Amino acid sequence: MTSPHQGAPHAPSVPSVIEPQGLEQLFAALLRRNYKLVGPTLRDGTITYEEISSPSDLPAGWTDEQQPGMYRLKTRDDNAVFGYAAGPQSWKRILYPSVLRLWQAHRKGGKVEVTVDKPAEEPRYAFIGVRACELQAIGIQDKVFLHGNYVDPNYQLRREHNFIVAVNCTAPAGTCFCASMDSGPRAKGGYDIALTEVILGTEHYFVATAATKFGTEVLGEVECRPANEKQVTAAEAAINAAAENMGRTIDTTDIRQLLNRNFENPRWETTAARCLACANCTMVCPTCFCHNIEDVSDLTGEVAERWRKWDSCFTTAFSYIHGGSVRYSPAARYRQWLTHKLSTWHDQFGTSGCVGCGRCITWCPVGIDITEEVRAIRDKDHSREEV
Amino acid sequence: MKKGNKPRVAVWKFASCDGCQLSLLDCEDELLAVAGAVDIAYFPEASSAMGKGPYDISLVEGSITTPHDAERIQQVRRVSGLLITIGACATAGGIQALRNFADVKAYTSIVYATPEYIQTLRKSTPINDHVFVDYELHGCPINKNQLVEIISATVTGRKPNIPPHAVCIECKQRGLPCIAVSQGIPCMGPVTHAGCNALCPAYNRGCFGCYGPMESANPDSLSAWWVGKLKVHRQDVMRAYRTFNAYADQFRKQSEAHEK
Repeated sequence: MTSPHQGAPHAPSVPSVIEPQGLEQLFAALLRRNYKLVGPTLRDGTITYEEISSPSDLPAGWTDEQQPGMYRLKTRDDNAVFGYAAGPQSWKRILYPSVLRLWQAHRKGGKVEVTVDKPAEEPRYAFIGVRACELQAIGIQDKVFLHGNYVDPNYQLRREHNFIVAVNCTAPAGTCFCASMDSGPRAKGGYDIALTEVILGTEHYFVATAATKFGTEVLGEVECRPANEKQVTAAEAAINAAAENMGRTIDTTDIRQLLNRNFENPRWETTAARCLACANCTMVCPTCFCHNIEDVSDLTGEVAERWRKWDSCFTTAFSYIHGGSVRYSPAARYRQWLTHKLSTWHDQFGTSGCVGCGRCITWCPVGIDITEEVRAIRDKDHSREEV
Repeated sequence: MKKGNKPRVAVWKFASCDGCQLSLLDCEDELLAVAGAVDIAYFPEASSAMGKGPYDISLVEGSITTPHDAERIQQVRRVSGLLITIGACATAGGIQALRNFADVKAYTSIVYATPEYIQTLRKSTPINDHVFVDYELHGCPINKNQLVEIISATVTGRKPNIPPHAVCIECKQRGLPCIAVSQGIPCMGPVTHAGCNALCPAYNRGCFGCYGPMESANPDSLSAWWVGKLKVHRQDVMRAYRTFNAYADQFRKQSEAHEK
């Protein structure tokens, strides 16, 4: 998967080494090209992706502790700028805004004039610090919004000029399981430049590769030197250590069939007793794409607007058809979400809908853990014996 | 609504603080548009002109707390086309429904010099306990944008966009990180009806539940988490559910379950 504007990606370039000061040059090279930089920064006691302008905005020396239903900001004993795991919300918030007006209509002299909303300026976002799990998620949303029968013009507009600086993960959280989902911690593609942050004693550097022509051009404006074998090995070791330190795992063996034959598993009810149907898991999920379309009219009846808002399969209105809601019980809603993510997503889009970022586990206000749910369903997989 | 004629609107007050009907006057920018779209025929809070019924739309604020009001709401229903209740008092009994958990006679004897003059019901009850309600607008107070939305929708004859899901969706739509998760703040957002646009979480405060229970609220689970993980005292769980929407069914059960 690649950013749409660069054509076919090339094989990652020979790794080079950038000093921490080199990030200044990287940011400057992107700012010169009129990109808005979006990257990790401290906000409201979390590390979130916001508009940033300089490497000093990065969360140097900060990390996070994550467990089901719990996130805490912590200090690190080094000065790593990318030493944290997935934050409260993904890049989805930028590429697929949560609330968006699609068009307006005005009644003028018996006629109706429709104005389609378009941003005043073409959105040009450079994402700094995209993790492998998130690259996978962006690839999945590309499939949903760009590669189906219908193209979403709003998503396309934001993806078209989207520059991606990936960061290979070296600091997985307690709720991470990308290694199980085969989506991380190493960025496999879909980026322009990939960095691996290495801190060894007093040494602090980034091993960088470019995977697109544009990425090579930008990296060319950053002072770097070819990485030696020791530096490449150190970077690889840091990524391998991350893979070994995932807080969680999912056994994905036969998972589609497992879930397909367990629609009546008692676990759905057990979990529904805990599930708040609050929709947090779907809001923070980097692949969830469901939205609602709201038509509004004003008091005069002269103006009408159409809005797109994030929606969730956890609301009753989501499955409301003539006669009522199809998934009235929270058990049915939880089952729909989990089986879509891990099973029927394959049927629909040819991939898993889960990338193992762990956000649904951390940000569930009562700590429901998708990995534990799959384990429990596997444990009570009585239907297998009957078959 | 008959085409060409502006719908006639009445605003009624029962036991309440007037805050919700004031949100109509608080519409400011939209007030003239509201006045242009509907004929406000009866609104004692705003005008001494009192047009006779029947009315196409009645906005009803307040709860039923006296025998007189229990009769009056029947009369309001008879003269109203659509009856829309506004605010926590009208939809759940309001803060005055705290009496429902106590002995109101004992209170009146302490508060009033001559309690025998006081005619009051044992309980403060929502309007839909007494008459059929066409639409409920939640909140303490209601959100003026939702009020304008329900009037616009009614005038146009379309469905109002007033989702009954949790505050959490509004919170995430605003891009706010969950303060319950990131700081361990007990927040009622997951069990509370949306409508305030996640006002309190935006100011680093847990949701107070002003909009009452969301569509499929599961306060049992949230309380178990508060007590077990956030170390909230059972008494404080009881207090959290015993505010403006104390008598809303799911909140009432939750506070009663944590009384001891």
